[in-house]
Amino acid sequence: MNRRIIFDRFLIQRFGISLLTLVAFLTVIPIIAVFAYIISKGAPALSWQFLSAMPSDGMRAGGILPAIVGTFYLTLGTAIISVPLGIAAAIYLAEYASENWLTRLIRIAIINLAGIPSVVYGLFGLGLFVLFLKFGTSILAASLTLSIMTLPVIISASEEALRTVPQAFRTVSISLGGTRWQTIRKIILPQALPGIITGVILGLERAAGETAPILFTGAAFFLPHLPNSPLDATMALPYHLFVISTQVPGMPIQIQYGTALVLIIFVLGMNVTATIIRSRARARRQW
Amino acid sequence: MKRSLSWSETLITAVVKTCGYSAVVFVLLIFFFLLREGVPALGEVKLSELLSTRWYPIENHFGILPLITGSIIVTLGAMLIAAPFGIGTAVFLSEISPRWLREILKPLVELLGGLPSVVLGFLGILILAPFLRTFLNLPTGLTALAGALLLGGIAVPTIVSIAEDALDAVPQSYREGALALGATKWQTIWRVTLPAARSGVLTALMLGIGRTIGETMAVMMVTGNAPVMAIKLSSILAPVRTMTATIAAEMGEVANGSTYYHVLFFIGLVLFVISLAVNIIASSVVFRSKTRAERVLS
Repeated sequence: MNRRIIFDRFLIQRFGISLLTLVAFLTVIPIIAVFAYIISKGAPALSWQFLSAMPSDGMRAGGILPAIVGTFYLTLGTAIISVPLGIAAAIYLAEYASENWLTRLIRIAIINLAGIPSVVYGLFGLGLFVLFLKFGTSILAASLTLSIMTLPVIISASEEALRTVPQAFRTVSISLGGTRWQTIRKIILPQALPGIITGVILGLERAAGETAPILFTGAAFFLPHLPNSPLDATMALPYHLFVISTQVPGMPIQIQYGTALVLIIFVLGMNVTATIIRSRARARRQW
Repeated sequence: MKRSLSWSETLITAVVKTCGYSAVVFVLLIFFFLLREGVPALGEVKLSELLSTRWYPIENHFGILPLITGSIIVTLGAMLIAAPFGIGTAVFLSEISPRWLREILKPLVELLGGLPSVVLGFLGILILAPFLRTFLNLPTGLTALAGALLLGGIAVPTIVSIAEDALDAVPQSYREGALALGATKWQTIWRVTLPAARSGVLTALMLGIGRTIGETMAVMMVTGNAPVMAIKLSSILAPVRTMTATIAAEMGEVANGSTYYHVLFFIGLVLFVISLAVNIIASSVVFRSKTRAERVLS
């Protein structure tokens, strides 16, 4: 072969691979920069008082306790509703359903639920939970809305976790006289649990950081007290960050960065927990 | 004993089955409520008015075209950024990067996927918009471009993770075959691996578009919220307003059951139908590729 052609091929290769490497690093470096920037700007604002006090002076001073508590309640409410429902749906798809048109329909529905814009979930929650069922703008209505949004993530992840359990586990359990449900509860679920927990946390992480679905279903601009019942509206970290960065003039910049940092810690703490559970379970797995 | 066991078994099967159908029920419920609250808009506002170019609800001008063009221009801009960076990063992670580097970079990209969009919007207001204003010498930095840049960042993790899965699914023997025939690594990537993963990469792009068009908070915070027609190339440097931002910004101030309220639900219905279409196209691409793979194997 002609020497020159070989030379050109490798020149192109070197150029192409360098370009892809550059693109990858141009993608990742801004991500690191964003996190580093928020951490460095927000850290000075963090103090016990910032985390544990009520806002004062029109939210321009004091702490962000009601927003933190509110996001905690919303995440908890979402978990209570979506976790049992999602895991049961995954069990149905992985262990019971046969491949027919109905199962295909369910899968299409799950894919579409995952793709519906978050603000449309907000509209739906307003129409069904707030107005039609008369829950009002409340933690209950917002949690229900977030639950439906979280459902496809939990179902898909849990189904995948259930399917990775080898078929032999089922065969042996059934052959020893176990019923289908006994097999699922005593054998399959414990094996799939780390994968399911990871999926659940990733789903709830998304719910905790969302603003649009709670805008008209449960978020309060400002509350002078903590919510007392599921029928109260609540402040929430993501909505609070939106409010103080766009709606309140003369907002001290430090409080804004501090709020952003607390939100990130809340959400990424969940993300890191999920990653750790996943990698630990993988290392321990014996099949 | 035996009887009670089979009883509980039947009961549990019924419960699990019901939960299994829940996703279908929810999609239908969402569609139903959007129709119920959105369709009356068609009776209250003339279709020609709805498809006009003026969105000024206070004076009963409900033209949604500026909002649609706003969504389109921001989405297009975002995809022009996210497609090369997303696919490039996916190829790098799957084909070029050494294993240890991949183990570091991949979680970082996933971290971006977990970042709440309101935080990106917040940084957009404080850093990106002022930068664009001085750098491009604009009257305001809150423009379609700022929205496109942020949305590009939001679409990248989606594209990377799905495109990388698709590349990983290409059988190793394809690469070995190409290399054995004397192709360079680059030729293998460009001529063999990427075309083999084409359908998965297309799915990644479609879902990236879906993610972008439905994104609300970041876009509402940085695009300047001016409902003007965005059909010229220069519109990218002007404020625009998307469908999602309009709903999010205005629904809170609207009287329930009013025409305005119905029109906002109608916009939600349009968004719902778009996301449905995007998802169906994306999943049918996957479906077609499967049948092609089956053809090759048989």
